[in-house]
Amino acid sequence: MSQIHVSTTINGDPAEFLCEPDETLLDVLRDRLGLTGSKEGCGSGDCGACSVTVDDRLVCSCLMLGAEADGRDIGTIEGLAEGEHLHPLQRKFLDHAALQCGVCTPGFLVAAKALLDHNPDPSETEVRYWLAGNLCRCTGYDKIVRAVLDTAAEMKGA
Amino acid sequence: MRYEAPSTIDQAVEILSQADGITRVLAGGTDVIVQMRSGMVEPDLVVDIKRIDAMHEITPEDGGFRVGAAVSGAQLGEHDGVKALWPGVVEATELIGSTQVQGRATMVGNLCNASPAADSVPALVTAGAIVSIVGPGGARREIPAYEVTTGPGKTSLEKGEIVESILLPARPARSGDAYLRFIPRTEMDIAVVGAGVALTLHPDGTCAEAKVALGAVAEVVLLVEPAASAIVGTRLEDEALDALAAAASAACRPIDDKRGTIEFRTKVAGVLARRAAVIAHDRARG
Ligand SMILES: Cc1cc2nc3c(=O)[nH]c(=O)nc-3n(C[C@H](O)[C@H](O)[C@H](O)COP(=O)(O)OP(=O)(O)OC[C@H]3O[C@@H](n4cnc5c(N)ncnc54)[C@H](O)[C@@H]3O)c2cc1C
Ligand code: FES
Ligand code: FES
Repeated sequence: MSQIHVSTTINGDPAEFLCEPDETLLDVLRDRLGLTGSKEGCGSGDCGACSVTVDDRLVCSCLMLGAEADGRDIGTIEGLAEGEHLHPLQRKFLDHAALQCGVCTPGFLVAAKALLDHNPDPSETEVRYWLAGNLCRCTGYDKIVRAVLDTAAEMKGA
Repeated sequence: MRYEAPSTIDQAVEILSQADGITRVLAGGTDVIVQMRSGMVEPDLVVDIKRIDAMHEITPEDGGFRVGAAVSGAQLGEHDGVKALWPGVVEATELIGSTQVQGRATMVGNLCNASPAADSVPALVTAGAIVSIVGPGGARREIPAYEVTTGPGKTSLEKGEIVESILLPARPARSGDAYLRFIPRTEMDIAVVGAGVALTLHPDGTCAEAKVALGAVAEVVLLVEPAASAIVGTRLEDEALDALAAAASAACRPIDDKRGTIEFRTKVAGVLARRAAVIAHDRARG
């Protein structure tokens, strides 16, 4: 099986890698590029722990081939903070204790960021529907939803 | 496995038709990649159609819209024109999976995956959607969405054929459509029953034409003519809606599984067909 050479952009920086034709983007990110923030919860599109953006669309990286990333613009959790400076969503997740074990957190943050980029002033219902593809076994979701709504309120005020 | 991402449909057809072994077209991959990862299918060749620019377009055509095979649910849901013309088709497609799945999943993939429970299919069938297919040598043919699926996981597509687009036709004045499904929770589940209705009213308000389709109650999506004729000529009074619901239930031949018994599915099919008809009727009246 010959490997495929892929040139892409990840969090704004050019990136190149070789991958197997049937390797998922999630495996490429984690195992080849050392970007282990994206998690594998299920590998079947159900949990959202592997959420990334591709050309600004939120997708599950476990349901995309690495080869498909060629020429695309990929956004992962590693691109959320600016250096030491946390994204407002990250700060609010801490303030609201919106995480316990943390496995789901990168996916929630990437998904919530995509929501706020798309809709800066979501209702609670809109937040809950948008995040329905992100599963959390610890928090009970409420603190996550509060953190997202609070971030939206803060960013609007800013 | 070989991965190819040609930039024209003719190349894609050529690559597919010359390949031996198991081949798969890759649109959004939300079925194909799940099946590959679970070992359900081990393709020798995957042909990604997302590098074909025209496949991403939604273009007006004769009062309707032509939707490219690589248009995602998210992209379709952002298109005000299609939403206004065929709200039932858009709402059915938007029911597929989560926000993440919507970012990739296509209507054509939903149709070609040929699950009896595929949500967009009853809506496409009632809309009278026409599927454009390109085959070896560039041969083109068009068939109604209803004729694509022939059984669970089976389609009428021949080796080397690829769906290029779906035409959602123009709609007469005073028309409406709707799709409803029953699932045990509010999001992220497979339809236990799905029901699509499209109808057109005469200027005097009586129903001129109707189509009723049911998902997840047989091996393929059913187009239930007796349910449609139960409301044609009426103003969808209770009696007509009762007859529609009874005809919808009578057409069901579902399976029993953990999601629903035969009895439950049969009953719910009537209930949902009725509710979808009421919504389509309201939309037709504007
Ligand atoms: C978490 C999750 C939730 C889901 N929820 C739902 C749901 O609620 N309702 C529902 O109906 N489905 C659901 N699905 C299934 C799936 O998302 C849909 O069937 C989707 O529409 C498939 O589209 P796709 O573009 O991803 O198809 P792909 O996976 O790319 O392809 C599906 C099949 O169609 C064939 N194909 C694709 N495009 C073409 C073409 N142009 N020409 C010929 N053949 C083609 C492929 O070869 C393959 O066999 C879900 C899936 C996941 C992972
Ligand atoms: S790992 Fe991708 S959705 Fe669960
Ligand atoms: S914090 Fe543990 S799964 Fe969400």
